[in-house]
Amino acid sequence: MKERFDAIVVGAGPSGNAAAYTMARAGLKVLQIERGESPGSKNVQGAILYSDALERIIPDFRDDAPLERHIIEQRMWVLDDRSFVGTHFRSDDYNKPPFNRYTIIRAQFDRWFSQKVRDAGAMLICETTVEHLLMDGGRVVGVHCDRLGGDVMADVVVMADGVNSTLARKAGFHPEIPAQNVALAVKEILFLPEETIQSRFNVGEEEGVVIEMIGKITEGLVGTGFLYTNKDSLTIGVGCILDDFKNNPQRTAPYAMLERMKRHPSIAPLIEGGDMKEYCAHLIPEGGFFAVPRVHGDGWLIVGDSGGFVNAAHREGSNLAMTTGRLAAETIIEARKEGWPMTAATLKGYKDRIDDSFVMKDLHKYRHLPAVLEKSPQFFSTYPELVNRAAQTMFTVDGGDKASKEREIRSSFRASRSLMGLMTDAYRLWRATR
Amino acid sequence: MTALVNVEEKLFQNRYKIDAGRPHIQIKDPDLCKNRCRAQACTYVCPAACYKTEGNGAVTLITDGCLECGSCRIICQDLANVQWEYPRGGHGVLFKFG
Repeated sequence: MKERFDAIVVGAGPSGNAAAYTMARAGLKVLQIERGESPGSKNVQGAILYSDALERIIPDFRDDAPLERHIIEQRMWVLDDRSFVGTHFRSDDYNKPPFNRYTIIRAQFDRWFSQKVRDAGAMLICETTVEHLLMDGGRVVGVHCDRLGGDVMADVVVMADGVNSTLARKAGFHPEIPAQNVALAVKEILFLPEETIQSRFNVGEEEGVVIEMIGKITEGLVGTGFLYTNKDSLTIGVGCILDDFKNNPQRTAPYAMLERMKRHPSIAPLIEGGDMKEYCAHLIPEGGFFAVPRVHGDGWLIVGDSGGFVNAAHREGSNLAMTTGRLAAETIIEARKEGWPMTAATLKGYKDRIDDSFVMKDLHKYRHLPAVLEKSPQFFSTYPELVNRAAQTMFTVDGGDKASKEREIRSSFRASRSLMGLMTDAYRLWRATR
Repeated sequence: MTALVNVEEKLFQNRYKIDAGRPHIQIKDPDLCKNRCRAQACTYVCPAACYKTEGNGAVTLITDGCLECGSCRIICQDLANVQWEYPRGGHGVLFKFG
């Protein structure tokens, strides 16, 4: 392709779309390259859309975006093999527009977002894989694709190429991702009639529930499960740190873990009869603050999952993706307006912007959490078991007195974990999340 | 437990455009898998069961069901024996829902 662009965006997920849209709206000549047959066809997410991040890009997105259900109830479950202890938070305030978050189906949502990008004036080319960056010395000057006659040139390249961060890795901007820093998640979509979902989850039309789970479902591996309500389908999945999957002496396959989770007596009735229409797998960058690589340089920026922008503690990713995409675009727009060259010094404005936003502030707040969890498998096995046993002991009426039951619970905790161990765990968790 | 789960049945629900004869992932040196890798973690970590252990200790790879997650490349960093690329544009898994 002979044409030269102000900016090339690689990838049409939330971060790439946010970047391309924002730049195109500002009048920049933008080329976006996507390897899927259409935007969304390579993308996988749970998926929850947090309104705020998108509102800042497309304020009236609710008019025509494909949204499934707005969330009115959040459940957190701690599971043992046959039981769970849970908290539910449900508020009618979440039923008042504008809604705070929604379940979405990514293939549909990404296609919608991409149409907005094209309407704003960006050029989109699909079914094209970018193989590597084009360099001039230490400077990125374009990309090499497996189509379009190969090379395309631009003043700046925004890498929104997802968790595998293939382009930056090949260019040597950062090393391979350690297996401790990513979670491997698998999920299925199960179709059920709308009314069935509404009665099973105790919600009305367009209202939804999310359930986040930890405990025996991950067999002691560091990870979580989830179950989300869409309009006429459910999404159920489980993810664990990839290194834990690798080192698991049980050698459990991810799909076997998911299948076992689906058969849990507290979960099976919720999904019963669901018609499985797709099975997906995806990596989630969960290394947090210390795992974020350098995200700007001469002629390049990294946004979204490719930069490791995921807040694992809060299960947030797409909002960080859209925000980093938008902030990258704003940095480039300002530089053009001021006539600055797209050097590392200019593009450092992007790093300053994300440092100043909730993105890096939240990652910083939880910076020690990945390391603490890595060293504390008891949070995912021993404690869920103890908490469930304690609840069962207290709630079972069997003629035993309550004081003895309390003593029994206390000693069961100490038998599994020394008093020092319990206190250390509590302290480390508090320090990592305060 | 694993024996009860038929991952092929799951993958059968997915849409793929196979790039026949051009696998996007390859084992660089099969002898390394056979002789130098005891865990052969790819054979149970791969969510699409693309990697299989053969009776003679070799590992074989068929990428047709690949979900393009990247796990195999990342867990094989010690031996770095996985040549991993995305499929050619438009090929590979095509998620209907994602």
